[in-house]
Amino acid sequence: MANNSSHITDYKVLTRVLLVLMFCTFLTISITSYNLAAFTVTIALLIAGFKSFLVLSYFMHLKYESLLLRILVSIVFVLFALIVLITFIDYSYR
Amino acid sequence: MSDTNIHTEEHRNDDASKLGMWLFIFTELLLFGGLFLVYSIYRAQYPHNFHEGSLELSVTIGAINTIVLLFSSMTIAMALTAMQRNNKKLAMTMIVVTLLMAVVFLINKYFEWGAKFHHGLYPGSDLMALLERGHLLYFSLYFFMTGLHAFHIIVGMVLLIVVLFKVKNNRIHAHKYVLLENGALYWHLVDLIWIFLFPLLYLIS
Repeated sequence: MANNSSHITDYKVLTRVLLVLMFCTFLTISITSYNLAAFTVTIALLIAGFKSFLVLSYFMHLKYESLLLRILVSIVFVLFALIVLITFIDYSYR
Repeated sequence: MSDTNIHTEEHRNDDASKLGMWLFIFTELLLFGGLFLVYSIYRAQYPHNFHEGSLELSVTIGAINTIVLLFSSMTIAMALTAMQRNNKKLAMTMIVVTLLMAVVFLINKYFEWGAKFHHGLYPGSDLMALLERGHLLYFSLYFFMTGLHAFHIIVGMVLLIVVLFKVKNNRIHAHKYVLLENGALYWHLVDLIWIFLFPLLYLIS
C-alpha cells in the first residue's frame, strides 16, 4: 500500500536532534556576544542554516521522503538564494 | 460495521496530501524570505541604527522562546511517531505539550511586546514617528516579522487543536494520520522561520 509506508523516526533520534539544536542555539548566542565584525553574521547564518537542515531532515522527515520532494525543497532554497544574490548585485552597483 | 468499512475503503492519497502541504510551505518560505530580503537590504543601508535597535531587544526572552519552539517541534514530531506506533495516548499527550509550549511562547511575546508598548513603541505611535529612519525601519520590521510569525503560531495552534480532537475521536489513527503529519509540518515551518528570526533580530549587532 502506498499510504502509510513512511519511515518512523525513533524517539531517541528526535531527542538527539533536539539536543544538537539546543547546543547550536547556545553556540550562536555565545559567538554573537563577541564582536567579530562581518564574521558574526556569517557564522550566525551558517549555524542557522545547519539548524534548519536538521529540522528539515529529521523533524520534517525529508531524509526519508521521495527524491522528488527533496529536489523541490532544494529548488525553493536555491531560488531564494538567487533572489538575494541578484538583489544585492543590483543594490551594490547602483 | 459496514459503515466503518466504507470509510476505510475511502479513496485517498497521502503522498499527494503531503505534496500539497509542502507546496503551501514553499509559499510561506518565500513570504518570509521576501521579508528577510527587505531586512538585509535596509540593514546594509542603516547598519548603526539596526545595531542600536537590536540592543533594545531582550536576548534572554528571545533565547527562551527559541528553546520553547525547538522543544515543541520535537514533541509534535514525537506525536507523529507515537501515532504511527498506534500509541494514541502518548500522541495526544505530545500534541497537548506542543500546544502548551505555543502558549508559553505567546505569553513571552505578550510581555516582550507589552514592554515596548509601555515605552510608547508600537506601530503608528507618536514615538515611532519621531525615530530616525533606520530605527523606524528596524522596529517596523521587528513588529511586522515577529507579528506575522506569532500569527502563524496561532494558526498552527488552531490546526493542532483540530488534529487533537480528531485523534481523540479516532478520525486520525495508526493507519490514517496524514492530517497529523501535515499539521506537524506546519508547526516545524513556524520553528524553521524562528531559527532565522532570532539571530537576525536579537543577536547580530
